[in-house]
Amino acid sequence: MSKTILTIDDSASIRQMVALTLASAGYNVLEAGNGAEGFDQATSHAVDAVITDLNMPVMNGIEFIRKYRSHPASKGVPIVLLTTESDEELKRQAKEAGATGWIVKPFKQDQFLAVVKKVAGA
Amino acid sequence: MSMPDPSETFRQEARELIEQLEQGLLDLEQRPGDGDLVNSVFRALHTIKGSGAMFGFTEVATFVHEFETAFDRVRKGESAPTPELIAVALDAKDHVHKLIEEPGVQLAGGEAILVALRKIVAGGAAPAPVPAAAAVAAPASAPAAGLWRIRFRLPADCIAFGTNPLLLLEEIAGIGPCVVRALTDQVPPLAALDPEVPHVEWEVDLEAADPRAAIDDVFLFLRDGMDLSVEPVPSEAASPAPAAAAEIAAVPEAAHAAKEAKETKETKTPAAAAEKAGSSMRVPAERLDELMDRVGELVIAQARLTQIAASSSDIGLKTIAEELERLSSGLRDTTMGIRMVPIGSLFGRFRRLVHDLSRDLDKEIEFITTGEETELDKTMIERLADPLVHLIRNAVDHGLEDAEIRARSGKPAHGTVRLSAVYAGAEVAISVSDDGAGLNAERIRAKAEEAGLLTPDAKVTEAELFQMIFHPGFSTAKEITALSGRGVGMDVVKRTIDGLRGSIDLTSTPGKGTTATLRLPLTLAIIDGMLVRVGNGRYTIPLAAVEECVELPASADQVSRGRNFLDIRGSLVPFIRLREIFGCQTPPDEHQKVVIVSSGDMRVGLVVDQIIGNNQTVIKQLSKLHSGIKTFSGATILGDGTVALILDAMHLVGVGQSFEQAGRAA
Repeated sequence: MSKTILTIDDSASIRQMVALTLASAGYNVLEAGNGAEGFDQATSHAVDAVITDLNMPVMNGIEFIRKYRSHPASKGVPIVLLTTESDEELKRQAKEAGATGWIVKPFKQDQFLAVVKKVAGA
Repeated sequence: MSMPDPSETFRQEARELIEQLEQGLLDLEQRPGDGDLVNSVFRALHTIKGSGAMFGFTEVATFVHEFETAFDRVRKGESAPTPELIAVALDAKDHVHKLIEEPGVQLAGGEAILVALRKIVAGGAAPAPVPAAAAVAAPASAPAAGLWRIRFRLPADCIAFGTNPLLLLEEIAGIGPCVVRALTDQVPPLAALDPEVPHVEWEVDLEAADPRAAIDDVFLFLRDGMDLSVEPVPSEAASPAPAAAAEIAAVPEAAHAAKEAKETKETKTPAAAAEKAGSSMRVPAERLDELMDRVGELVIAQARLTQIAASSSDIGLKTIAEELERLSSGLRDTTMGIRMVPIGSLFGRFRRLVHDLSRDLDKEIEFITTGEETELDKTMIERLADPLVHLIRNAVDHGLEDAEIRARSGKPAHGTVRLSAVYAGAEVAISVSDDGAGLNAERIRAKAEEAGLLTPDAKVTEAELFQMIFHPGFSTAKEITALSGRGVGMDVVKRTIDGLRGSIDLTSTPGKGTTATLRLPLTLAIIDGMLVRVGNGRYTIPLAAVEECVELPASADQVSRGRNFLDIRGSLVPFIRLREIFGCQTPPDEHQKVVIVSSGDMRVGLVVDQIIGNNQTVIKQLSKLHSGIKTFSGATILGDGTVALILDAMHLVGVGQSFEQAGRAA
């Protein structure tokens, strides 16, 4: 059964590109526009991995990770960050909160899929 | 499922973000201490940059990166959002806008803007743009193959945080042939075992050319928090071949623990990908137009059914016709509702306009908007932009006096321009008002006479005089400025508003200010109409314009032309015989009816043969060939399939008023 991946980004274009890339690699994709929506999605569906932006309105990526990791549904679910630049401080906070990995934007599709595959499996 | 072009999605999104950016910057000028605003500006920049780089808008990304770097100083409180900074930031925003709309076009000036920006925030050079790198680095080229021993223990929280040890081992196995051993000496007894903590230490013998870079990649996300050693194994050490089959078997077992947590969830139905978040979605405007068109056709078909049912004695048919009427009118309302957009999106754009005008004309202006939540048809909102720009420019340029004059007349130094929208029945009233000097009636009069629009002895009301401003070529500005006063514009404003079936009125109090009020129907596509018959033809009058219907008194019917006035409760209302205008040859009905229509506070009576009744009118535009015809604003298809022309009430009122003037003059 193909895996379900939740992508959280306030940018519709990034979300669309991520969704297209994931769908083309055979993943099911769920989408959310901010951390709060993402949390609702992540806890109401069986997701195999979450890919989240950090800088978002309403609830940012780090807050999302903290909230999600405090929910039992997040056990063992990898979270991949999309960061715009290698912002070490944010990355550190995110890791502390329970992020599994990260991808630095801009990325190529194959790099992106490599990272997704790395944390979530094919 | 067809997917739209992602770069077009980016462009659309970027437009919104740029707008948000502009609003944020303008707000920030008003409330420099608002941290949320700074963050929202920053976030907009951040997203434009990130998405721009993703979709190949490299120039956008590079520019915005610099923009963002400069603005970061504001975010960190190292620099204040001064008006100078906002002005340059707005220029920068304009530049980004151009970069997005015209990708590939060489644009000058970007560097100058950045230099100015940097100078303001710091007086120093910003760091050079950091080329963003992908996380997955290319493996370094390596010397000859050998045997390497990799030992690692994963961080305690890594399984809970989603790292799957099996995937890591598989990745290592992907580098080269290997043997994996699980070192279980630290695994606690079952009672004390926490299945979410990796107790096993791993040892992998890998046959590869220097795999250190590749191994670094494998543990990319874990490197900082774990023990990892990668060392070459001296060649005399054991060969990796059949070392320990049992140990290899340990691998899936360990992975099993990691999977355990997931298992419970996998029994649930996986969510369909189609089930997406978000309470709104984007739909191309053409599709909405198409939907509206279809609904229009449906309404017409329903009207035909109603007509047939009315003349039938079949109760079943009547019931269905009524049901359908109810449903289609509901569908019509819903469809129209979809097209409704809050006017705030339009108002927002004008803040920048006022900001720039304020700077260019050196006038201090307070811009107040109210009623942003008022909804109007999207097409209408788009077409309103230009007329409103013109009215606001006029208000600022001509309406508001210079600070000096204001001070002399005891007004506050800063002028106020108000833009408001309110519902008024089936219409929306949008007004632009200023607290400036007001319209100069004498000067308008002089100008109108000069232009031959008025005879020197003609008596006109103030409202009528002000309407002169809308004549083509009319301008009272003594000096033509770059912004307004070129005499093109107000007539265009009027034409646009007429085209939207709206009206525009000016009121003014000398020394206190001027207000321009636009009245617009809520939608363009369907109206309630009153169906009338003139001779053999049937015509629709927009119901919103109809005030009342009266019978034409025999006495009034007898009087000669040029004296066509009705006494409606004490006030004289001119009337027009549509039979004459349309050149009807058939004998008139015995009892002629008058439909009183109004526009603003002017009224005119339309004499018709018969009033048939109300109907929902789906407006179809007349062909280009007939666009010059003023009497009709469109056509509609009636229930029996015939066409009825829609009378342009506004125009007819004008015709009637000119009769009245002629009548008074006589």
